[in-house]
Amino acid sequence: MTTAKKDRKTLISMQNIQKHYGDYHALRGINLEIGEGEFFSLLGPSGCGKTTLLRTIAGFEDYDSGYVMISGNDMRGVPANKRPTNMVFQSYAIFPHLTVAQNVAFGLRKSGMSKAEKAKAAEQALEMVGLKGYGHRAAHALSGGQRQRVALARALVLKPKVLLLDEPLSALDRKMREQMQVELIKLQREVGITFILVTHDQEEALVMSDRIAVMFEGEIAQCDDPEVLYRRPKSKRVADFIGVMNFLSAECRVEDGKKIVNVAGLGETEVADDQCPEGFPDGAATVGFRPETLTLLYEGQTATHREAAATIDEVVYYGDMTYYDVRFDGVDKAVRISMRNIFGRDVLEVGSRVRVSWSPGALVVFG
Amino acid sequence: MVEKLRRFFRTEKGTGLLLVSPTAIYALLMLAVPLAAVVLISFWTQNGVRDFDTTMTLANYKEALTDPLYRQLMLRSLMVSGLVTLITVLLAFPIAYFVSFGVKAEHKSLWIFLITIPFWTSYLIRVFLWKVILGYNGVLNSGLKAVGLIEEPLTFILYNVNAVIITLAHAYAPFAILPIFVALEKIDRSLLEAARDLGENRVMTFLRVTLPLAAPGVVAAVLIVFIPTIGDYVTPRLVGGPGGLMIANMIQTQFLRLNNAPLGATLAVLAMLIVAVIAIVFVIIGNRAAGQKGARK
Amino acid sequence: MKSLKVYAIFYLIFLYAPIFLLPLFAFNSSTVIAFPLDSFTTEWFTTLLTLSEMHGALLSSLKIAVTSAVLATSLGIFAAMAVSRYSFPGQKGIMGFIMLPLVLPEIIVAVSLLIVILRMGFSTGAWSVIVGHTLICTPFAIAILQSAFASLDPSLEEAAYDLGETPASTFRLVTLPLVMPGIISALLISFTISMDEFIIAFFLTGAEPTLPVYLFSMMRFPKLLPAVMALGTILVVLSVLLIVIAEFFRRRGAKRTGNDTGGFL
Repeated sequence: MTTAKKDRKTLISMQNIQKHYGDYHALRGINLEIGEGEFFSLLGPSGCGKTTLLRTIAGFEDYDSGYVMISGNDMRGVPANKRPTNMVFQSYAIFPHLTVAQNVAFGLRKSGMSKAEKAKAAEQALEMVGLKGYGHRAAHALSGGQRQRVALARALVLKPKVLLLDEPLSALDRKMREQMQVELIKLQREVGITFILVTHDQEEALVMSDRIAVMFEGEIAQCDDPEVLYRRPKSKRVADFIGVMNFLSAECRVEDGKKIVNVAGLGETEVADDQCPEGFPDGAATVGFRPETLTLLYEGQTATHREAAATIDEVVYYGDMTYYDVRFDGVDKAVRISMRNIFGRDVLEVGSRVRVSWSPGALVVFG
Repeated sequence: MVEKLRRFFRTEKGTGLLLVSPTAIYALLMLAVPLAAVVLISFWTQNGVRDFDTTMTLANYKEALTDPLYRQLMLRSLMVSGLVTLITVLLAFPIAYFVSFGVKAEHKSLWIFLITIPFWTSYLIRVFLWKVILGYNGVLNSGLKAVGLIEEPLTFILYNVNAVIITLAHAYAPFAILPIFVALEKIDRSLLEAARDLGENRVMTFLRVTLPLAAPGVVAAVLIVFIPTIGDYVTPRLVGGPGGLMIANMIQTQFLRLNNAPLGATLAVLAMLIVAVIAIVFVIIGNRAAGQKGARK
Repeated sequence: MKSLKVYAIFYLIFLYAPIFLLPLFAFNSSTVIAFPLDSFTTEWFTTLLTLSEMHGALLSSLKIAVTSAVLATSLGIFAAMAVSRYSFPGQKGIMGFIMLPLVLPEIIVAVSLLIVILRMGFSTGAWSVIVGHTLICTPFAIAILQSAFASLDPSLEEAAYDLGETPASTFRLVTLPLVMPGIISALLISFTISMDEFIIAFFLTGAEPTLPVYLFSMMRFPKLLPAVMALGTILVVLSVLLIVIAEFFRRRGAKRTGNDTGGFL
């Protein structure tokens, strides 16, 4: 876990932001602190308010009540063109009537720089995003990935305090997207300014961010660094949204001050406080665990923690990985196990009886 | 109050209204008010050259509806306009279909452009040319005589209703093609493949899929031809002869020659009313037909 | 499809046939408009130069067409921006009414304007023709401009704003250059419509006729028919030229914003 990042200075602070579109309650009391130099993601399904929140920071959306502060200054009434933020739009919004260099230098018009200085700044920005020598090209002749880079250069050349990215990778194909993810991380480290990324892709958020705020229906459900978010989701909904999570029903009780959970098909175990984000429920509960915390045991292997018997329901072969859907004895619902494929070890068949190793510490208990 | 207004104009609705207002006010002053004036004056009576008796009376309507001359002109206008609409739409559909389905994507806009060019040239000149073509010593007759097909010039082709219909059908051809073409373009091509895949042949696919989906375009084409043709002035005047005159010619006569604006206004109002009623009935029938063929949810 | 193509080609010939006759007779030396053709002459075009009344008509037509085009395009910009950017109460009704002159018989527009003008004690003239032409050109201008504004990605303007421009300079630096082809196209189309329009001008022109009104009066004199053909040729060539230029600009605009919807209507 990245404790070092906790002493960042706060750059953006939002307090109780409320916003309605007519009857629709788009933002329901957002409280958020984002630090200097942080790579921060707003993650959620479409319609959750993440883009609205980003546009509120940019100054494109008004809000009913609450405060947005940047570097300690209240942003209410400050229009988008006067804010120390710049945006990379989902459609990139590259001006089609200008060349690449003119696009990048667009925001420098009132900077007081000389023509040569502007050209130099634009060229440097283009070099930073890997488009050196593209300045004279017509903007409408660029590919999707190139447009994205021009949009980045155009925003970064103004040296904003915050760069806002609205689903910047959603228009790219998978390979290009993965490549740009890495480049964006490198770029952010290089320029050192705060990036706020809006995405609906949980994998993208996990890969790129220092911290992630997961939003549902205009509220922040959880704001944590990726590892905490993945391992210790605070609600079933967050757990379900981030990666794959298996759920099994369970019975909870307290015995001699110990928190005991009886999981269907797995048996009884004691859990720690941090495994129960919603508090320890009394009676019926749901238990969640990630596919990689389970292991199929082959002949001769012994469980590192606990062991349970199961039958294989379905096998999905992915090349490097195989996903097994198994049913524990006495349970109707299948759970997913992900296994790394090792050369020389056979993929098991549907219907096989297997032993499964599971670790009590990986369980998360929801009410 | 002022503050409230100012805030309203900063909302999406307010800004939209504010932006559209110059155009809307112009249309209100220069179209709505004059149209209302026509309706009002149709209830008045002409006294002198520029003097009206402003007592409201239905006398003009009584005259317009009972005088056989006006009734005949009205019926002829309807008949001509209906026939022209039928001919134009029937002739236009195959063209629209060809351009939409038979022409490569990159050549489509060229075809549509070629079809629309004549529309942008002077209407007056195009109509006049038909007079030249169809005349007693006209291009058609002189040409046919020159090649020996006829001895005496054909007389049934000018200065009658036939000439009006031919000329109008020619003038409104592009109008009919465009809406049908747009409707055909919107049809998802995989729907046609699906119909074929489900066992229909080309003809049945056309009848069961293409045609119902093109129906809104056909309705639009009918309206866009029918409504303006009924009020056409130039064509009947130039090629219609006395037997081919239509209601617009009478409106013009009442206004500019006989100096009876109220009666002219009455005829204009009646013409608009008839067109409106027919158009509405047609839209309802068209919608219902499209609905029965399952094009509606 | 093959027989359809043959049909389509015949259809095009039918559409263009009358127009192709124009130059044939405009350059034909016979005073009778009939086949067979006589010999080549440019006499009729020279005749046009001597018709001083026609020059006055041409001048007033140009004046009316330029003014109407500018007015219709300006009104069109407002309405097109309003509908492509905002949704406002009564939008369908308001826009439907503004677009009404597209289908309304021109004689109705002409008559209703005439009534109001005379009733208010004004006399007709070039100004009243401009009023009527602006009314009928505006819907065409809106149709063209609307597609120009609709194909303009709104985030382009937001981007300019985000990069420090004011709403006014954003309009000047981004919006205007990108919709300029549409504006030029709307101007040219409106100009052409006004130049060719007859009915409204016929009712509202007053003492100084426009070119089509003058042409109409020429048509009554058989002696002048070859000159009518010559003038018609010039008008048609001019119209086609303007329309081709307008289409060129419309396409350039569509290409820039990467979105070609094709056609004017």
